[in-house]
Amino acid sequence: MNWLTNFIRPKIRAITAQKETPDNLWQKCPSCEGMLFHRDLRENMNICYHCGYHMRVAMVDRLRALFDNGEFQEIQVPRTPHDPLKFRDRKRYADRLKESRAKTGRDDAIIVAQGLMGGVPVVVAGFDFDFMGGSMGAAVGEGIVTAAQVAARAGAALIAIPSSGGARMQEGAISLMQMPRTIAAVDMVKEAGLPYIVLLTDPTTGGVSASFAMIGDIHIAEPGCTIGFAGKRVIQETIREELPKGFQTAEYLLAHGMVDMVVPRKEQRETIIRILDLVFRKTKDSQGFGENGAAPGGNGRRNGKKKGRGGGIAALRRAANINKRSDKKVRAAARR
Amino acid sequence: MTKLEFEKPILELEGKIAELRNMGSHDSINIAEEISRMQSKAEKLLIQTYSKLTPQQKVQVARHQDRPHFVDYVRELIQDFTPLAGDRLYAEDFAMPGGLGRFRGISCVVLGQEKGSDTDSRIRHNFGMARPEGYRKAQRLMHMAQQFRLPVITLVDTAGAYPGVGAEERGQAEAIARSIEACLRIHVPIISTVIGEGGSGGAIAIATADLVYMLEHSIYSVISPEGCASILWRSAAHANDAAAALKLTAQDMLELKLIDGIIPEPIGGAHRKKQETIRNVGDRIEKALQRLMPWDDETLLRQRNQKFLSMGAAA
Repeated sequence: MNWLTNFIRPKIRAITAQKETPDNLWQKCPSCEGMLFHRDLRENMNICYHCGYHMRVAMVDRLRALFDNGEFQEIQVPRTPHDPLKFRDRKRYADRLKESRAKTGRDDAIIVAQGLMGGVPVVVAGFDFDFMGGSMGAAVGEGIVTAAQVAARAGAALIAIPSSGGARMQEGAISLMQMPRTIAAVDMVKEAGLPYIVLLTDPTTGGVSASFAMIGDIHIAEPGCTIGFAGKRVIQETIREELPKGFQTAEYLLAHGMVDMVVPRKEQRETIIRILDLVFRKTKDSQGFGENGAAPGGNGRRNGKKKGRGGGIAALRRAANINKRSDKKVRAAARR
Repeated sequence: MTKLEFEKPILELEGKIAELRNMGSHDSINIAEEISRMQSKAEKLLIQTYSKLTPQQKVQVARHQDRPHFVDYVRELIQDFTPLAGDRLYAEDFAMPGGLGRFRGISCVVLGQEKGSDTDSRIRHNFGMARPEGYRKAQRLMHMAQQFRLPVITLVDTAGAYPGVGAEERGQAEAIARSIEACLRIHVPIISTVIGEGGSGGAIAIATADLVYMLEHSIYSVISPEGCASILWRSAAHANDAAAALKLTAQDMLELKLIDGIIPEPIGGAHRKKQETIRNVGDRIEKALQRLMPWDDETLLRQRNQKFLSMGAAA
């Protein structure tokens, strides 16, 4: 009796009273259609635990998963002029911005963060797809420039994580100019001899793929993500033919030589750390090879800019110190 | 010849003038008077119309088939033009002609997009829409310019990069990105002129230059007004609104400080007086070269990068 009233009946009530519970507790995997419980899905980094399909994941969660101990500092991006064209389609761009800001709690579609990965100083410029499809306008360009400047100054690696449909139309040609702007920015990092890694996630298309996202030293792509220049619909309307299977997916780009590797979300951190370790710690446990310019930055690709940095761990420590100092600066700037 | 809708009253008048001329002989004094009266009327109408073109009308003028194209400029302005073909990787792209030549006495590298002028040549030039090969050839020619220390002159006239399966397969995005990067890295002067359509990534790929000019009625845009309208208005019928909202005219671009100057077109647009248009462009390029030459590598490179780094930057 007790067992029935106290356990079974509430259970039944709980099932029948489901209308009161939020309807987003469960969701269907877009790939295998398996049901996914929100908490389990989140714990699994938004990867379907039935078929391994990678869904989009919030940039903040991504950053937590990438940095050592999930710790990072966000770097304030200087504010750029809002709505320079006074653009208006069916809605005013100013209103769209307001909505996206309310929805995401961010100023624009980019997050710049710095921290350590495997002990190596890293600056990440990551896109927030929820903010107007991660589209790139002046503010996003500013974010990439800021990230590149901080990385170059601090002797840190730069990692870009695009998730963007492309240029932000509402900023007209100003958004187009973010293509050369971001390329000039990441070139500062390359010129300092520091690694520039791109982690391509869903989607990386249009003006974003045709600029900073495709000129990384190393391209790592997330399984199944869309990467391409022109939209599928535009191509289909142009050629009037069926598109090949798997067209513009990460795997397709791997097969065509455009990315170095396709790496599942859960292995991305260790992959990046391994690469950074190889690039930053050139002589580890060396047996009589000497320590030859161990940290990057001391031997810039274009030379002429030698900063006279010494060997491995000392240089790293120095880099970390520079990093700390700039942290303070950044934080001071953020307070201002 | 394509007829622009808004030019119809002018074209009708011009037609009538031509008719009158044909039957001229009988009562020559009256007819001559009438003709000159109508001519001045037509001219006035032309000046009026072209002094207040709407953005969408500018789009039409910029795309006019009779506008001078890349090959016309090269024929008039470049001596000893020596076309160079191929990206050394895959193919030659006829949408992106280029080569060595002499502009008013100065050896240079010239490259740009060619749309073609009749059905056959349009197909051969792929309507001015380059594939990755075109952008890789552009990189090759820019690096060659650096090797020989020659200035680069580019003429931009494209609806955009070609959207096709092969183009994607061969890395359209990467080819454009690298072409922009080449523009930013070579230490020789680059001068770009948008002579018709400056379509998105396909245009900026060769227009990341020290000095960028636009012809008076040319356009420069991140997306075609039709494409923008179909995405934001959900109907291509709103291309008018999109053209206005995108601020894609030369005048808008100058106001936004995204280009360095506007080259005037003859009254009634470049398609009415090709020679004059080409001469205007030539004169401006000459002035630009005088401004940039001789150059100091590091200063040139720093200024070019700084210019693009500051576009859209926080004040």
